[in-house]
Amino acid sequence: MAALVRLEARLSRLREEYFRKNRSVDEDRKIVYKAAVKIQSWFRGCRVRAYLRYLSKMVILIQKWWRGYQSRRYFRKMIKIQKTWRGYYVRKYTHNYYALKKYLEAISLNNEIVRNELQEYAEMNEKEKKKKDLEKKEKEKKYKARKMHYLLSTEQIAGIYNSPFRKSPDPMELLLRQSKPLSHRQQRVKSPFTYDLYDWPTCKRPPAFPTGEPLPPIGRQKPQGPFRDTAEVLRQRYKPLEPTLRVAASISSPLEKAREEMKREEWIKCIHEHDVLFTEKILIIHSRFLPFSSYHKNKKYELSIHASEKKGKETYGIKHFREVQPNKWIAGKDFQTVLPSIVLFEKFGKTYSRAGQIV
Amino acid sequence: MSQRQVLQVFEQYQRARTHFVQAVAELSSRPQNVGTLRDAGVISLLRPLLLDVVPTIQQTAALALGRLAYFNDDLAEAVVTGDILPPLVCSLSEQNRFYKKAAAFVLRAVGKHSPQLAQAIVECGALEALVICLEDFDPGVKEGAAWALGYIARHNSELSQAVVDAGAVPLLVLCIQEPEIALKRIAASTLSDISKHSPELAQTVVDAGAIAFLAQMILNPDAKLKCQVLSALSQIAKHSVDLAELVVEAEIFPVVLTCLKDSDEYVKKNGATLIREIAKHSPELSQFIVNAGGVAAVIDCIGSCKGTVRLPGIMMLGYVAAHSENLSMAVIVSKGIPPLCACLLEEHEDHIKAAAVWALGQIGRHTPEHARAVAETNVLATLLSMYMDIHSSEDLQLKTKRALKNILQKCTYLPALEPLLHDAPPNILKHIVGQFSKVLPHDTKARCLFVTTGGLKKIQEIKAEPGSLLQEYINTINSCFPEEVVRYYSPGYSDMLLERVENYQPVL
Repeated sequence: MAALVRLEARLSRLREEYFRKNRSVDEDRKIVYKAAVKIQSWFRGCRVRAYLRYLSKMVILIQKWWRGYQSRRYFRKMIKIQKTWRGYYVRKYTHNYYALKKYLEAISLNNEIVRNELQEYAEMNEKEKKKKDLEKKEKEKKYKARKMHYLLSTEQIAGIYNSPFRKSPDPMELLLRQSKPLSHRQQRVKSPFTYDLYDWPTCKRPPAFPTGEPLPPIGRQKPQGPFRDTAEVLRQRYKPLEPTLRVAASISSPLEKAREEMKREEWIKCIHEHDVLFTEKILIIHSRFLPFSSYHKNKKYELSIHASEKKGKETYGIKHFREVQPNKWIAGKDFQTVLPSIVLFEKFGKTYSRAGQIV
Repeated sequence: MSQRQVLQVFEQYQRARTHFVQAVAELSSRPQNVGTLRDAGVISLLRPLLLDVVPTIQQTAALALGRLAYFNDDLAEAVVTGDILPPLVCSLSEQNRFYKKAAAFVLRAVGKHSPQLAQAIVECGALEALVICLEDFDPGVKEGAAWALGYIARHNSELSQAVVDAGAVPLLVLCIQEPEIALKRIAASTLSDISKHSPELAQTVVDAGAIAFLAQMILNPDAKLKCQVLSALSQIAKHSVDLAELVVEAEIFPVVLTCLKDSDEYVKKNGATLIREIAKHSPELSQFIVNAGGVAAVIDCIGSCKGTVRLPGIMMLGYVAAHSENLSMAVIVSKGIPPLCACLLEEHEDHIKAAAVWALGQIGRHTPEHARAVAETNVLATLLSMYMDIHSSEDLQLKTKRALKNILQKCTYLPALEPLLHDAPPNILKHIVGQFSKVLPHDTKARCLFVTTGGLKKIQEIKAEPGSLLQEYINTINSCFPEEVVRYYSPGYSDMLLERVENYQPVL
């Protein structure tokens, strides 16, 4: 019963509540509807987008694969072309067998030529060296022959190189005949500029004029005729003085200067070392050199040797030795020999063949 | 006392001084007297005589000092510590040419012994004075100065740099152009000493225009001059490809080849050194030398010399062959291998043998053709015996091993490999057997020969660990032959047969 009462109480409000509820629902309906639509549309959109993305990925994959395949096919063709080209090129140029062969042959030919030339060069050098040695020996021989000129055989005495038991004279003998005897004057082998103390291992030549050819004058014609080269002449004429050490050294030594000073004084004053007394020195100083001095007037003049002898050729040494005066001889004959003559002296000039001639 | 007596005293003293100084100079020219002189305190006595009034005494004293310092480095040090150098250097610029020569001689004698003494000379400012002497008129003075500079620059690159900084190089190049041969020699040797230390110094020398003059002087007939010139050019060319190319551009080929035929040994050696320094840088330079016929000339040179003179020539062949196989073939075609083999047999020095072995290895390592050319001369047996010889030095053994390996890896010429089977140690044997295993499967005649010459027998006797490379090779070889043959040659086969005979029951 109570429930019924309650229900009846609520009944009056029922209509209003019902109306109110419907109304509120109606009012929200639009919003809710719109919200629902929004949510659904967004969700559908997501799904579609995901699907599209998936689709595009698949497309890319397919295209990728297809393009790769295409280019690989192309690439294989390309390789084939390059392969054939490279093979051809290498065989023709890089590892060209025939060219290599020709090259090696050319090298051996070239080597032969080079070897021959070098051989010739070496031989030429050898020959020159030998020639120089020979010439040196010849020179030495000739010098020796000149020095030993006294060994030449004469008419009477055969020299050691011309024994009579030989068929012909020794070549040395012939050389001796041809050579001129050496004079006593020393051969100037050493150059005047070598100094013993300064034994430099090098530069034995005298210091040269500073090198460099003087330039020829402009526009000058070469003089005709056998004239010497101008540069040479100038060089010779204007060669600077090159004093040796001795000359250079002794000039400035103070001791030498003092010595020279003293000598000069002596010469002027004519002082002699052995005079003791001072006064005598003075007298002598005055006596010699004052002109018209009366000191000399009592001195006797001594004739010189030239003036005191008679003039003419001197007979001493010419006429007094081995003098023969036939008017003083007693007999006309020569002395009689008492002793027997010496056997050896009889043979003089008869033992050997005539000297110098082929027997 | 009269004036004369006073002067007489002075005269006696001067005579005594002159006599003393001349006697000391005479004695010091013999090395055995130097010790006695040093103990007698000669340096301190000569020092005041250097400043004597009379020029002759000064110069003789300087000469004596120079001779003393030349032979003995204690005396040279005493000269430095005795404070003699500064007055010497000062008077170097003032006095006459004889004194300059003597002073330059002293500096040279002191500077030759060690870098420290040379440094002391540099520190007292001698370099500027010496460079001024290089401009003097007298060629003897120039020579003395150049020689002293050369001895100083010889020791190390700092001293060379000091010499170059003093401005010596252009003057030295002028000295080379002078007509006196001795001066040219010394100037060339000084340039060689300067340029040997580093590429920058060599470049300085080249920038002064030295190469053209040096190249002209190769034609000079004087042997010592040629030695020095070739040495200078090789010191320049050794540093880098560019410098070597500059030297080549000076048109030294083919003139340099005539130096290889000179009668003087050292000219030949230096000529070969120059060609070697040029050839080692690049294949193009080696190609150029080969085209100019240089290889033939060097080979003849090797054939005609003995001893260390051959060494640069041998190395040059090795360098040329190392660059490429065409060049190596060119060396072979020019008949390069017989002199190298002869050298191996004749020489006693290990380093020359090592160089020859290295050169042979470089020639033979490129292709089977090259290896065959080397092997045909039967040099492999010599190489093996040198490797096994206990008296060979380590270096020689190492080089021989490498050369053998390189040649064997390419060698297919079996008749040459056969004799080696019997004596080789395991590490070489491996390569030999490997080569056999490569060739035998394809060549029947070789197989027959192999069997008849006892090679197969030897192979069976080799004990190898199973699984090693050697064992694999042996298996390959064994598989080339029928089984009965292999069994026949295996060791102990005759015993096995005898056992079978013993156990056999005759079938009646």
